[in-house]
Amino acid sequence: MSGALFTAHGLSCARGDRTLFAGLSLELDAGEVLQVRGPNGLGKTTLLRALCGLSRPMRGEIRWRGEKVSDLAEDFTAEVAYVGHLNGIQGDLTAAENLRLARSIFARRGHAGAGVDEALDRVGLRAQRDRPSRHLSQGQKRRLALARLLILRRPLWVLDEPFTGLDVASVANLSSLIGEHVAGGGLALVVSHQAFDLPGIRGFELARYCRTRR
Amino acid sequence: MKLIHKYAAPKRFYELAGTLTPGLAIITVVLFVSGLYLGLYWAPPDYQQGNAYRIMFVHVPNAWMSMMAYVAMAGFAAAGYIWNVRLADILAKVTAPLGASFTLTALVTGSLWGKPMWGTYWVWDARLTSELILLFLYVGYMALQASIDDPRRAAHASAILAIVGVVNIPIIHYSVYWWHTLHQPASLTLTNQPKIYITMLIPLIIMSLGFMFFYLTMLCVRARSEILWRERHADWVRKLVGLET
Amino acid sequence: MTGGVLGAMRAVFVRELLVFWRRSTEVMTALVFFLIVTTLFPLAIGPERRELMLVAPGVLWVAALLATTLSLNHLFASDYQDGSLEQMLMSPYPLSAMVLAKIAAHWVLTGLPLALLSPLLAVQMALPTKAIGTLVGSLLLGTPTLTLIGAVPAALTLGVRGGGVLVSLLVLPLYTPVLIFGAEAVAASAGQGFASVAHLSLLGAFLALALSFAPWASSAALRVSLD
Repeated sequence: MSGALFTAHGLSCARGDRTLFAGLSLELDAGEVLQVRGPNGLGKTTLLRALCGLSRPMRGEIRWRGEKVSDLAEDFTAEVAYVGHLNGIQGDLTAAENLRLARSIFARRGHAGAGVDEALDRVGLRAQRDRPSRHLSQGQKRRLALARLLILRRPLWVLDEPFTGLDVASVANLSSLIGEHVAGGGLALVVSHQAFDLPGIRGFELARYCRTRR
Repeated sequence: MKLIHKYAAPKRFYELAGTLTPGLAIITVVLFVSGLYLGLYWAPPDYQQGNAYRIMFVHVPNAWMSMMAYVAMAGFAAAGYIWNVRLADILAKVTAPLGASFTLTALVTGSLWGKPMWGTYWVWDARLTSELILLFLYVGYMALQASIDDPRRAAHASAILAIVGVVNIPIIHYSVYWWHTLHQPASLTLTNQPKIYITMLIPLIIMSLGFMFFYLTMLCVRARSEILWRERHADWVRKLVGLET
Repeated sequence: MTGGVLGAMRAVFVRELLVFWRRSTEVMTALVFFLIVTTLFPLAIGPERRELMLVAPGVLWVAALLATTLSLNHLFASDYQDGSLEQMLMSPYPLSAMVLAKIAAHWVLTGLPLALLSPLLAVQMALPTKAIGTLVGSLLLGTPTLTLIGAVPAALTLGVRGGGVLVSLLVLPLYTPVLIFGAEAVAASAGQGFASVAHLSLLGAFLALALSFAPWASSAALRVSLD
């Protein structure tokens, strides 16, 4: 066992009756960003979902601070923030309501991060504060989903294609948010086709663990 | 646990079931032939029902098996869900249609038996009613299995349904019995036989064993074909069917 | 830390109420369905009060049961589609607690109005006045059980082909005990059988059982469906 905060060892995942990848190992320590790369259909999303505990891998173990994630259960999810393909934004609630409720549902006492308004400011949605979020554009919804990262103070960020639908300014903004998070001792796992540059970033080629035969 | 996992490998089970099937089939046939002989010729006619009661030798074992198969299915499903054993998923899946057919047979023979007893094919008898609800539970399980493509998700989802079902079955069963006694206190039911003679009991037990072995035989046969289908991309299956050498 | 769980449950509850309030049509659908189905029976059976009275407990209960079944599709579906459910799995609190809060809100918006509306329909169905209290009571005890049990199939069929019809197929057989004792309680106090207290306490027992079992089973089901 190495001393890294977050480790996965011998991980295998399948979709349907097809094994996507097998024997995958990775580790991530405080202050690091891992960018998972690979062509479509390789199982990047499946990997991220397995790593943050949303799905059970077929084989392998994932450890957080040296303990098995499956044993930690909610104590692990309390430390992970996940932004997937779906934004998790309820369209009938306003942007501020979405964040405020997320804060009371997802933040343990003393673990709340930035305030709602502050978070909205950071992603440039202050003006949309009280609009029903179904009226927001795709990019704005994405930014609202990312604002959730700021109101919860969770050390491990797991982001699946976070740049989708974002304009140039927002992409730069998100990069700097990730940079700040990592600089403050956070960890980030990012699936993205977009090349972005940050100190402490490492690439991870998923293809190495995939069987060649399809 | 290691030993279970060794035999739970689909390939090993495929071979094991292959060697067991002929033996199980022979036992089933012997039990059926002797049970039917004893039930249809050796046992004397009932003094009240004449020969009509003989349908009991098919009805009662099927009713028993319909319940047992559900419990077995839930057991397999739970094992597959908790320990992630694929073989258990397969056994649960192939048990469902078998259990449903036991239930259907029990319903059909029950209503055929009802004709001479009650003068009509369907009476809201407690056992028939709870068999009917059991059939609905089986149908629901199979419908859920069939509508999910991913085999693992299908297995786990239907496992939860089966567990919920198995918790509910006693409640449903006793509710229906209570409901029945409330509404038809005086009627003659299939369940409360006034007295059963030893000459009737022996064929009944033999027939019940026969249906149990029939279930085991069919379980092996169906599990084998399900394994072949699921492992169709695996090397050993491709070799087996001659696609690869 | 328990304050945290309760706070989160309250937030889920408030969130549901807020969302459903803004989409009030969905709340109304189940209620209007209940109303229309019950109206159909006198049209089919005939307006004879004596006959209506005889079938009233059964009709009212079956209609309430179908209305609840119909509303089950709204329980998780929209949260599943927009990803909120996925996020709920990332909550630092037990998922079953979150699910329980959701179910409670759902019941407040469907089961409770159903029970409150039922006296009106009871009059329509010529149910004796003395049985109306039992009808409301049995629905208040029975419909939460229906929602709790129904949450499991609703969670299992998320994103599945033909999910809506499948839910009914899976859930209706499981509803039989509640139906039997609910309708029997009403019939009993309408003067056709034993006292209804025993039936009502059995409905209470079913509710307790469902409360202990269903949140756990439906959160397991959600984890499977979102795997």
